Amino acid sequence: MKAVTGHRLFWPAAVLVVMLLANVVVTPGFFSVQVRNGHLYGSLVDILLLGSPLMLIALGMTVVIATGGIDLSVGAVVAISGALACYLISGQQDQGAVTGVLVAVALALALSAVLGFWNGLLVARVGLQPIIATLILMVAGRGVAQLITSGKNINVNSPPYKLIGGGYWLTLPFAVIVVAVVVALTGLAVRRTALGMLLEAIGGNAEASRLVGIRSRRLIVLAYTFCGLCAGIAGLMISSNISTADGNNAGLWMELDAILAVVIGGTALTGGRFTLAGTILGALVIQTLSTTIYTTGVPSQVTLVFKAVVVAIVCLIQSPAFRAKVFRRRARPEAPPPAAPAAADVEVNA
Amino acid sequence: MRRKLPAVLLSAALAFVVTACGSGSGGTTTADDGKITLGFSQVGSESGWREANTKSIKESASTAGIDLKFSDAQQKQENQIATIRSYIQQKVDVIAFSPVVVTGWDAVLKEAQAAKIPVVLTDRAVDSDASLYVSFLGSDFVKEGEAVGDWVLNEYKDATGPVNIVQLEGSVGSAPAIDRKKGFEAKIASNPNLKVIASQSGDFTRADGKEVMTAILKANPKIDLLFAHNDDMGLGAIQAIEEAGKKPGVDIKIVTIDAVKDGMQALADGKINFIAECSPLLGDQLMEIVKQIKAGQPVEKRIITKETTFTQEQAAEALPSRKY
Repeated sequence: MKAVTGHRLFWPAAVLVVMLLANVVVTPGFFSVQVRNGHLYGSLVDILLLGSPLMLIALGMTVVIATGGIDLSVGAVVAISGALACYLISGQQDQGAVTGVLVAVALALALSAVLGFWNGLLVARVGLQPIIATLILMVAGRGVAQLITSGKNINVNSPPYKLIGGGYWLTLPFAVIVVAVVVALTGLAVRRTALGMLLEAIGGNAEASRLVGIRSRRLIVLAYTFCGLCAGIAGLMISSNISTADGNNAGLWMELDAILAVVIGGTALTGGRFTLAGTILGALVIQTLSTTIYTTGVPSQVTLVFKAVVVAIVCLIQSPAFRAKVFRRRARPEAPPPAAPAAADVEVNA
Repeated sequence: MRRKLPAVLLSAALAFVVTACGSGSGGTTTADDGKITLGFSQVGSESGWREANTKSIKESASTAGIDLKFSDAQQKQENQIATIRSYIQQKVDVIAFSPVVVTGWDAVLKEAQAAKIPVVLTDRAVDSDASLYVSFLGSDFVKEGEAVGDWVLNEYKDATGPVNIVQLEGSVGSAPAIDRKKGFEAKIASNPNLKVIASQSGDFTRADGKEVMTAILKANPKIDLLFAHNDDMGLGAIQAIEEAGKKPGVDIKIVTIDAVKDGMQALADGKINFIAECSPLLGDQLMEIVKQIKAGQPVEKRIITKETTFTQEQAAEALPSRKY
């Protein structure tokens, strides 16, 4: 029992399960998944599909936060990427042409990566504080997106583009497949090679890791570029899902949701320790919370308060210090020396 | 040298941002050639609606022969106050603006009054004393909600069973969301069959409209009517309804407010059933007011923008000439 509750992913997972169960109580058909129009249909599918962009952005954010940084510009990159892709597709004679869509997607992703690279340069080469460096793009980036769309919504009517964020492949939402692939590749890269350890070393102490021979600057630039790329893919998904690029609202305040997902997942904002699985759980918790509010009909005036209360509870439960204070009395008689589980916690980096 | 390059790039970027911010409040002194000069401060350019609003004001000014000084406040009250002060210094004949926020206008409005420059509010209201401005020209959101409510009442006047209504509200706390809801719900209250079974905010955006409707569709198997506070949320909801295997406009009737081009297209295509207009084209009315003020004629304190409603047939007719 101790081994289970002591696992760092236990609390985010528990919160997610409790939230899902609460939904079943209110909406009995919540878990039902059926095949409709040749694809899976149900609330659980919605949560995965609509949560996909957030999962991706939070994934990129996790890597950046692991290096001790933060990226506030992801919401703006979401808007730019979707705007550019839709702008390019809407200008084509045959919007349904696969090659045209591929070119638009490739250009949008390339631009997103360049924007991430720019953030990385500002942080690693110029030496700006990450919060300031990425704030520049957060503010200016939305203007760039509005420039691309000239302030209007750009509608596209392109089945291949629709696939990215709203389509299905082998009855599964395509966006979820994309997320699964990106998460798997990232997991392999950071946990089966030394990359993850190096990132954590930089987050722990950038100067010390540079002195022991880690090319911290290059890795930091790489982390921000990856984060930009993830945000770019998310931007494609969001605009594809509604077949519209909305330069004004797409990805608005999403950076905050992404940071929240990372925190709920158990990654330290100070850097030096991160968990990809936790971040995915965190993003699912946030999306489930939104879906819960819509399906159970929490009045819109109290929606934000409801969210705030749930998030506060989740974060408190997450905090080992808080748990130790509240559950101290009960835990004391059976607990082994407190140092042991804490040490084990640091080593479990799954 | 190599290390300096990013710094140079950065300062170039910052310079760009700074000039971009400063470009709004141009103009020097007023040329006195007998023409009326109107100083206008716009909220920003946050939506297609706002863009049409700007365009309407610029076009109407040039046809009316009014010298327009235009400035974009980029959603910041301090920009707007600075612009209005510069208009006062330039001694324009009339100042008009769409306030970014409701509060905090007393000081600058008093300055305008002291300089004897009449002020007209457009589109949005302020909470200052009504003696500080001449007139407020804008839509009546309650009326828009009522127009939709009237259509729904008429549509379901013969309904024998309950009619399940879903409402997609605008941004929580915004005047259009509050007033449209009030107008709509007051109207439909007269028929007990009409029941709002779910009402959630979709933040006036297409993406949120779709997400909220997707969830509501799962929780409520029987929905007869959807009322969206603007076209964009309605358009998002249409996608959600289609993905749930239902026909928008037929299985679930849809009524919205705004009448932007995309919404009118959906209305003409039969996916929306009725739209109450919220028109950004108030330029002509504004120029009329400015001329009246200059001629010393009395102007009404509250002037409502000329607006209409559209059925599917009317939409098909109006669509080719739709400006926004």
